[in-house]
Parts: sequence; structure tokens; C-alpha cells
Amino acid sequence: MSVATDLKQPEAQPSPESVKMAGRNVSVFYGEKQALFDVDLDIVENQVVSLIGPSGCGKSTFLRCLNRMNDTIDICRVGGEITLDGQDIYDKAIDVVELRARVGMVFQKPNPFPKSIYENVAYGPRIHGMTSTKDELDEIVTTSLRRAGLWEEVKDRLDQPGTGLSGGQQQRLCIARAIATKPEVLLMDEPCSALDPIATAIIEELIDELRERFTIVIVTHSMQQAARVSQKTAFFHLGKLIEEGPTEQIFTNPHHQKTQDYITGRIG
Amino acid sequence: MQFWLTLLVVLLVAGGLFYTGRSRAFAITGGDATVLHSKPEFHGGMVLIAGLLPAIFVYVAWLVFYRYFADSSVTAQLATELSGLTALEQESFLRGAFNLANGQNVGNVSDAELKAIEAYRAFNGAANLILQLVLAALVLGGGFLAWRQISISFRARQFVEGTVSVALIAASGVAILTTLGIVLSLIFESLNFFQKVPFFDFLFGTHWSPQSAFEGAGSEASERNSEVFGAIPIFAGTLLITTIAILVAAPIGLMSAIYLSDYATPKFRAVAKPILEILAGIPTVVYGFFAALTVAPFFRNAGEGIGLSVSSESALAAGLVMGIMIIPFVSSLSDDVINSVPQSLRDGSSGLGATKSETIRRVILPAALPGIVSALMLAISRAIGETMIVVMAAGLSANLTINPLEAVTTVTVQIVTLLVGDQEFDSAKTLAAFALGLVLFCVTLMLNVIALRVIQKYREQYD
Amino acid sequence: MTDLAGGNVQEINSIHTSDEARARLAKRYRAEGNFKWLGRSAIGVSVAFLLLLLSSVVSQGIPAFTFNFAQLPFQLNAETLGTDGSDANALKKADYDGLVRNTIRGEFPHVTSRKGKRLLGGILSSGAPVYLRQQVLDDPSLVGGTKTPEVPISDFADLYLKGQITPSSYVDGGANLTFALDDKSYSIVADQPVFTDQLKAAKARLAVQAASLRDEQAGQLRSAAKLEGDIVAYKERLAAGPEADVKERLEKSLEKTEEDLKLVRVRIEQLASKADELDARIANDGLGETLTADMPSALLYVGGGVLKLTSVTNSTATAEAYMPVAEDLSAAAPSDWRLRNMEVVEANRKFSDQEIVWTDELVERGYIRNGFNSIFFSRGASREPEMAGVWGAVVGSALTLIVTLALSFPLGVAAAIYLEEFAPKNRWTTLIEVNINNLAAVPSIVFGLLGLAVFLNYFELDRSAPYVGGMVLALMTLPTIIIASRAALRAVPPSIREAALGIGASRLQTVTHHVLPLAMPGILTGTIIGMAQALGETAPLLMIGMVAFVVDVPAAFSDPATVLPVQIFMWADFPEPAFQQRTSAAIMVLLGFLIAMNAIAVVLRKKFERRW
Repeated sequence: MSVATDLKQPEAQPSPESVKMAGRNVSVFYGEKQALFDVDLDIVENQVVSLIGPSGCGKSTFLRCLNRMNDTIDICRVGGEITLDGQDIYDKAIDVVELRARVGMVFQKPNPFPKSIYENVAYGPRIHGMTSTKDELDEIVTTSLRRAGLWEEVKDRLDQPGTGLSGGQQQRLCIARAIATKPEVLLMDEPCSALDPIATAIIEELIDELRERFTIVIVTHSMQQAARVSQKTAFFHLGKLIEEGPTEQIFTNPHHQKTQDYITGRIG
Repeated sequence: MQFWLTLLVVLLVAGGLFYTGRSRAFAITGGDATVLHSKPEFHGGMVLIAGLLPAIFVYVAWLVFYRYFADSSVTAQLATELSGLTALEQESFLRGAFNLANGQNVGNVSDAELKAIEAYRAFNGAANLILQLVLAALVLGGGFLAWRQISISFRARQFVEGTVSVALIAASGVAILTTLGIVLSLIFESLNFFQKVPFFDFLFGTHWSPQSAFEGAGSEASERNSEVFGAIPIFAGTLLITTIAILVAAPIGLMSAIYLSDYATPKFRAVAKPILEILAGIPTVVYGFFAALTVAPFFRNAGEGIGLSVSSESALAAGLVMGIMIIPFVSSLSDDVINSVPQSLRDGSSGLGATKSETIRRVILPAALPGIVSALMLAISRAIGETMIVVMAAGLSANLTINPLEAVTTVTVQIVTLLVGDQEFDSAKTLAAFALGLVLFCVTLMLNVIALRVIQKYREQYD
Repeated sequence: MTDLAGGNVQEINSIHTSDEARARLAKRYRAEGNFKWLGRSAIGVSVAFLLLLLSSVVSQGIPAFTFNFAQLPFQLNAETLGTDGSDANALKKADYDGLVRNTIRGEFPHVTSRKGKRLLGGILSSGAPVYLRQQVLDDPSLVGGTKTPEVPISDFADLYLKGQITPSSYVDGGANLTFALDDKSYSIVADQPVFTDQLKAAKARLAVQAASLRDEQAGQLRSAAKLEGDIVAYKERLAAGPEADVKERLEKSLEKTEEDLKLVRVRIEQLASKADELDARIANDGLGETLTADMPSALLYVGGGVLKLTSVTNSTATAEAYMPVAEDLSAAAPSDWRLRNMEVVEANRKFSDQEIVWTDELVERGYIRNGFNSIFFSRGASREPEMAGVWGAVVGSALTLIVTLALSFPLGVAAAIYLEEFAPKNRWTTLIEVNINNLAAVPSIVFGLLGLAVFLNYFELDRSAPYVGGMVLALMTLPTIIIASRAALRAVPPSIREAALGIGASRLQTVTHHVLPLAMPGILTGTIIGMAQALGETAPLLMIGMVAFVVDVPAAFSDPATVLPVQIFMWADFPEPAFQQRTSAAIMVLLGFLIAMNAIAVVLRKKFERRW
């Protein structure tokens, strides 16, 4: 069994107050069919947590619960409790629009708007009214593009359509767009699955840098990627959270048989 | 009566041919039909087709060309009587004689007419006799030839199916024929018109009053005519009413589509969509009636109330009602367009924390803009071609203005006014209607083609 | 946790949760709410318009579904008709005109003037004799029998009985009256001022007249001022010493303008004095007034008859008899009489007080029967609204649609089958497809032009005949049917075709035996919808001459006919209120057919639609 060699150094045990988001007994139903069964998971601040597991195991479903994207699906019902900074995000008092400004998302297939690069990144700050002058907006756009590692490549063509970029660049644009709203948590749903290895490598490096500012939850099909980028890993199988723990431990010494099977390639 | 009788005869003949063929097919096998290559029904069908089809072709040809031959024959026989008349007079003389010849009572006619009538009747008699003989010969001959072909290995099925395939192709060709017919007849009559009124005077002239057109030849007539057939006021009126209609239909139709596709509950949709469909299904004459009898007087009285002078045939009333008629059209087209924007864009926008209206206003609509523009072009095309609402609620006299409170006239209204009534077909007025029709056809065609192109390119963008 | 460079936890947290952010959020939600309301009101506009249209049509059309008939005591016997009923020819030629005339005059023998008799005859429909004749021809046993035939009353009498001519109110008698008859005119004296209301109403009318005179006066004053200005201008220019010919022109103009001014001043005088006169009369409360046709009228019911007031003071009046009163009438107690005030003045309506009184009398005598308007549903067009029916147009529409269906259905389905199942994907088929899509969007009036140029002008087919109309509509409906049929054929899964071909069926057999039956429900639905659209078409049929005034119900495809929407179009032009009602009723009939056809299509679709 060969796993990527440059594992991250195991972090110290997280103190309870730096848990950014937590799920307790989270279940998801699509109509009559249950997709997630009683998931308990903590997400610690400024950490990268990766959710791994075979296709259809519920990891994307869980991810989408964290910013209430499941609300857009009529027949979807979420049970249990999910908190952000201790507050239940499904509470009536929490506004979903505000939540999504604080918990950003990058999707599997890059989906830049058919607007200019500038407008793509400026979209979030604009609608949330985060700036009052053009200069402030320019500043946010520039910063976000820099942090997404795209600035050098597009600084001379900010008014060109975002859809004209390559796949990898588009995804980085989407990352810039997501972080422009200055979220606290960044959700990434298989962000590299549609990209070539070079673009993938660029984005994985990016994730490491972004970790300093944001808490990141990433769903990935690639165990190697999980091993490379995350400090904590959670393994899902058939809608249940089988095992979770420090990445190194999961990959070198899993406690659960199913986890072992998955890692060795016997299932999924 | 004669129609039904002929129909009966044709059916009987067809049945007879079919039965003959089928029996023969059975007969040659000595009872066991499975030996045949093709089922007996196909043999019967073959005999039927072979017998009837040539006869049908000949009959149709006779219908089309008969009149020409009859006229030629009678003209030759009455050469002396017709020598003093102009071509037009000859034509009308012959037509009159022809109608009398086919009617019952002749009444008082001149000698020349009597001779013509008798000539026509004689020709009719002879032609009918020949026709009946020819048709009978074709039916019997064709049927017999086919009957002789019937054998065990004869591929009757191929024959029948081949004929049917050709018939199917012909059916599809009707569409092309129709378009050809439209284009040719419009162009032909318009060319006649442009001989009387120069093209540029028509297209760019600003004075339209066909009532004062002169008939007959002569430079004075043609000079006068080129002054009264200037179509600019009509185009302007059409534009004014269409603009009002689109100003009404575009926002309402678009917002309806947005609300129904993104906000409405299924129950609401189940009620609202049928209502829009009902609105779309109401005949335009009903809209016109409502516009003329309720909406226009309402605007006039309202105008009087606040001191404005509103015509009782205001462009506002007609345009408003036309706009409402187009709402379902715009709504359903916009609905298609909005739904074809990929869900990933919606998700991207929601994921950033946008409200639904922000997503729609800032992402969906700009992305769908080409499609919406194309939908509006189709709506404009529809509005331009609309007839009944404007005939009943808009004015009849050309008026070059942008004031919606005044009465204006449109292309379709003029076409109807010029043609409904007893006029000689070749008069400048009647031909003017065809010229207008040509303009209408070309403009709507162009709009439709451009709109469809835009939609195609726009769809490619997202597939 | 370390402090991050370039941003701290507090700052990040508060950007979206601060009060400012919350306020912005509230604003955004308000915008969202407004947007939703915009959407709702957009739909609301459509719904409101539909409701408005339907309610207006229905409320106007419902009265046309009933009609009042007069069952007068027509003497149908050998004497009046010249036959006892056995000779059909004589029955046809009998003088029904005279019979109807005499019968109605027999009911009101006191009407002797020529004008009065003509007015009386106008209460019955002018088509009454024709109607009566039809009844007798249909049932000769009426001659000499006991059954009373009936005839339609006139359109305005019918409107009156439906309460649509004028509202009126009754006032009980409030004083003792004495009557004196002088020639034809009654003088009435009351011991209380019971005619004050009528007098006041008359004065009010005078006030309106005075006001309009003053308006005109003001207008004339303005003209006068303008003319005066012109005169001054001319004088100035003349004083400047112009050339000879210009001077002559100016002098002429000056003269004319001065003349005009004189006339205007005279007119102003006239208007002023008339208006003053009226003002004097209005001010004088007690001065009696003659009740003219533009003042509200009053009827006095007394002594078994009806008197119409011709002039009033507060407590006296003069009147003439509209229905004869008792010969010896000289006095009446309050309980013996009452007044009836008509709200709409006679000058503004088309049914006079005299006609109202006569019609009421017929009702009193039990001759009027209110029943279903069978005329409307069994006759063709007519210039008289009460004799006009929609049946001719309905039959015309039916004949036309039959032709349309017979032509467009086979051709459309055949073309769809070819394009969908057989055609190779090459330039020609693409051309045909593009063609069909374009044809579907061509304005309908262009098809009318095509029909006119080719069918009427070149082939010289009959104008106004259903079969020509059917051909034009068939060309119009063809693209619709082709497109709908192609969609239905496409919906049948390829596996069906493959299975059939696998057994060895030829392509044609596959299509006719397997695919077509499965696609049939969809094809039929599309065809029904296409027919419904064709039913509502008006413009192309106008072009081929179906505007002719068709009285007889058509019986063959070549008889001149009209269709329902064209009938509606023609009737919409007629100003009589009775025609307006019938137009609305015809619209209801048309909408009824359309609803039925669309309902059948929907039911068909629901019942036979398969989810593959």
C-alpha cells in the first residue's frame, strides 16, 4: 500500500473552542430515500478536512449541508444539527444568504459566470455590499486573484470573459470568486476532478496557502490528494461516517476494516 | 350533388379494381395464398394504383389547362367579333360568356355573346365526352395491364410501397409548393403594381390615400398614383402600435416566465399556466371586439376626463390589447430560454450567497439575453403580422405621428381595406395590397430567420 | 491559534454579521420581496385581463340567449289566408304582412294616425310576417286551429323588456286630481304640488342648455378678440404705406375681417340674450315648463289608461293620452293614480314612451312570452338584429373545417412520416424542414393573399365557398400538424422500430403497423389543436371573400357561406345594442366550441399518453 509520502505533520489535538463547524446526528433524506445516516463530525478552524469514500457514499451530500445548498432541492430534508461557531445553521434566526457569504463553495466543474474576469470576482462583494468605493472593490478583486494564484496570468485582461480561460484557470477563478466574499469556511467539492495534473498540482498548493486564512472542507475521490492536502480525513461509506481522524492515522493505521478495504482498493 | 356522385363513382371504381386484383391473386394460387410473394391485398392495391393514378393525373391536368384550351377555341371561332376589342375587354367578354354558358338562364344577350356561349357549350360537350372516354380507357387499360402482371413471384408489395413512398415525398413537397406559391404570387402581383407605381415612391413616399388613385392608363394617372401610394405612414403606424405592444408584452411576459419558473409553487403553476394558455387560445377577433368596444372608449373617456384628446381608434388601445395577446407567447419562449441556462450557474450564484432575485437579475438574465432578444424578435414578428385586432380597433387613414393617442393605420389593416370590397383585381389598389403583403412577408421572414439563428448560437454556447 | 497576517478573526467575523451587514441584508430581502411581487402582478395582469374580457363578453351576451315573443291572436283561417291549409302554394303566397299589421292594430284600435300606426307596427319585428309564414308552412294545422303562433317582437322592444332602455321609478299619487279634456289635451289640477320633481328636472335641463350657450359665447368672444387683433395688425401695416397691389390686398382683407367681426358680435348678442332668458326661467321656480324630448319624461297611470305629461307647473299639468283613459274621467283620489318617471330622456333613446306604453300593455294582456332565443340558433345573418342568427356561420365553419381536416390531416401526417422515418439527412430534407418552420411563422393574412391570387384569381374558384376557405386554412394548418406529428413520431422509442424490422417487416409496414398507432394519440392531439386554431382564424377568410352577407344556411361545400369569427367581425360593426349583445353571444358560442375542442385534446393526451 503506497500512499503519498509527504504527509502533513500531525497537528496537536484541537481545543474545543476552535471548532469552526460541527455536525451532530446529521441525516439527509431525498424523499423517502435516506442518503446520510447520523453523521457526527467536527471541523476545526484553519484546518483542511477531506471527505473521502466511494461514489455515492454521501460525502458531497454532507458537504452541501454545510452551506445549506441542499435547500435548493425540493425533496431534500435535513435532520440533526449543524453548527457554525456554535450556532445552528438551520435555525430560523440564521439567514441562509448570510451563511453562504460566510461559508463559500467551489464546485466540481468550474462554473464561471459569462461575465468578465473582474465581474466574476466582484460579484460576491457587490451583492453583499461589502465595499463603497471602486477602489475598495478593485482591492478585493486584486487580493482575491492573488490569493488564488491567478493574478499574474490575468492582470492584463481583467475585462475578458471568464469563460475564455483554460479549465484550471477557470477553477482558480471560481476559487478567487469564492474567497472574495471573505468567507470563514471554504467548501470544495472535488475541485480538481475536471482538471489535468498540472492544474491540479497548482490548486493543491493553493489550498495549502489558503489554509492560513480559511477553514477548508474538501471532498475528493483521490486518496493521494487527501493525503497531500488535509490534516484530518473522514471516510464515508453508503451514507455513514465510518471513521475519522488525523490524515496520517487514517492512511497508515485505520481502525475500521472498511476503511482499510477502501484504502487498499478493495472497495470503491 | 355532382360532387358526391363523382365521389361515389370513384370509390366504386377503386373498389372494383382492388377486388379484381385480389381475386386474381387468390385464383392463381389455387387457394393457398402463402405461396405468393406478396399478399393478395398488395396485388389488389397494385391494380387499383395502376388503374386510378394515370386517370387522376390526366383529370388534374385537364382541370388546370381546360380553361386555356376552351378560351383559345372560342377566341378562334369568334375572331371577327373580338377584333375590335382591347385585350382586357376580350377577357371580360369571354369570362362573361363562360359564366353564362355554365349557368342556367341566359336572358338577353347580344348576337356575339350568344355565339360565344354556344361555342363554349359545344366545346364543353365535346371536351367532356373526350375526357370521359380517355379516363375510362386509362382506368381499364391500366387496370388490365396490371392484372396481367399478377403472378406468384410478382413483387406487388414493392410496387405498392414504392408508390406510397413517392406519395409521402409529394406530401412533404406541398410545403415547398406553398412557400413557392406565396413567394411567386406576391412577387408577381407586386411587380404588376410596381409598373403602375414606382418602387421608391411606394417605399419612401409619405402620402397614402388609395381612395384618390386613378384607374386606367396615361401619365397623369401614373403620376398621381405615385403620389398617393407612399407607404411610409403605414410603416410608421405599424411601428408605433408594435412598439406599444412590445412595451406591454415584454416586461409582463418576462416577469411571468421568471415567476412561474423560479418562484411559483406547483399548485400556483397548475392554475397560472392554463390561464396563460387560455389567453393564447382566444381568437384575435375576440380581442379586437374587446379592444374596439371596451378598451378604446375607456381610453377616450379617461382622456376627456383629464383634458387630453384621445382618438376613439387610438394606437394606445390597439397596441395595449395586442400586447396582452402576445404575453403568453413571450412568456413561453422566455420560459424555454431561462430554463436552458445551466443549473451550474444558478448553483454558483446561490453558493456565493445571492438571493434568488439577485441570481436572476445579475446572472440568469444576462446569460439568457441572446435568447430573450430572439424571443422578442419573434414576438415583434407576430405583432407586425397581426390583423384582426388592428382592423377592428385601429384607424383606417394613414397618419404619420408618434403620438399614441392618435389613430394610425398598419400594413395589415391596409391590406384588408384594399381587398375587401368589389374591385377589379388588376386595379392599382388591389395590387398595392400585394406589394404591402410582400413587404410584410419579407420583414417577418427576416425577423424569424435572425431570431432562430440567434437562438441556435445561444444554445450552442451552453451545450 | 496564531494571528493571521493581513486579517484577523474579528474583522472576518464581523463583515457579514455586523449590524451594517444585517441592515444591508434586510434591504436585499426587501428587494427580493418586491421582485416577487412584480412577478405576481405580472401574472395578475394577465389573469385580470382574462377575467375582464370574459365577464364583459358573458354579461353582454347572456341577454341574447333569451328573447320575447308576442303570441297575438292571429286569425289564421281561410278568410285571411285565402286557403284552409291544404294548398301549400297558396299558403306560401298569402298576405302575412297584412295579417300581422291588422292583428297588432286590432289590439290598439284607438290608434288612427298614419304615424301612430307605423310606430305601432314597429313594436313587432319587421321579420314577423316571414316568421309567421314559416310557422304556418311547417305546421299547416295552425290554419283554423286553436294553437296560437307567435312572432318575435322588435329588437328595441325586447331590450326594453330586458330593462336596458331606461330605468324608471314609480311614485304613488299624493294629491287629489281633477281632469278637464280639451280636444286631445287633458288639463290636470292637483291640490298639492305633486309635479315639483318634474318641474325641477325640466329646469335642470334648461340649466344645462344655458351652460352650453355660455360656453359657445365664450368661444365666440375669443374669436372676436382674435379678429380685433387682426384688424389692428392690418391697420398698422396699411399705415406703414405699402405698395399698391399689397395695399389693395390688405384693404380687402381688412374689410372682410371687419365684416366677420360684425357677425360674431351679433351672434354673441343672440347667445347672451338667449342664455339670459333661460336663466330667468330657471330662477323663476313657479314658472311652468313644456316637457320637451330632451327633458326627463313622466307618465300618469290613471283611469285604466296612461297619460303623458306635456307641460307642468308645481301643481298643474297638461297631458295627452297614450292609452285611452275612462271617458268620464274627471277626478282621481291619491289611491287612484301614480306617476312613473323615466330616467333616460326620450331624445337619448331609440324607444319612445309611446312604444313603452304599448309594449307594457301587450304584457298586461298576457301576449308576451319570454323564452329561449331559438331564432339566434337556427337562422343565418340578417340586417335586423332580432332576426339574426348564428347558425349559418356555425354550419359554414363546420363545412370549412371538414375540408381543412380532410386536406391537412392526410398530407400533414404523410409528410411527417416521410420526414421522420424515411428521409435521408441531406440538404433537401433540411430545406423542407426549414421551409415548414418558416411557414408556421408566416402571418395568416399572407395565406389569404395566396388564396386570393391563386385560388380565386388564377383558378377562378368560387368566392366565399367553404371548400376554398378550407383549402386556404389547410395550407395554414399543415405546418402545425406536421410539426406536432413529427414530435409524436419521435417520441416512439427506436426499440419498437428495431423489433419490427427484426422480424422482417418493411419500413412502410413498420411505420403503418407499429409506429403510427403508438404515435396516433399525439398526432390527434396536435391535429385537434390545429383545428381549433383554424376555427378562430378570420383574416385569410376575409381575403377570399367570406365577408358576403349570407342569409341562407349553407348546405353544400360550394354554397356561399361565412364562418363564425367572420360573422363576429361583421356584426361588431353594427351599432344597434341588440347586435352588440348578439356579437357577444356569438363569441360565447365560438369560445364554447374552442373550449370543447381543447378539452378533448387534453383528455386525449392524458388518457393515451404513455411514459416510455
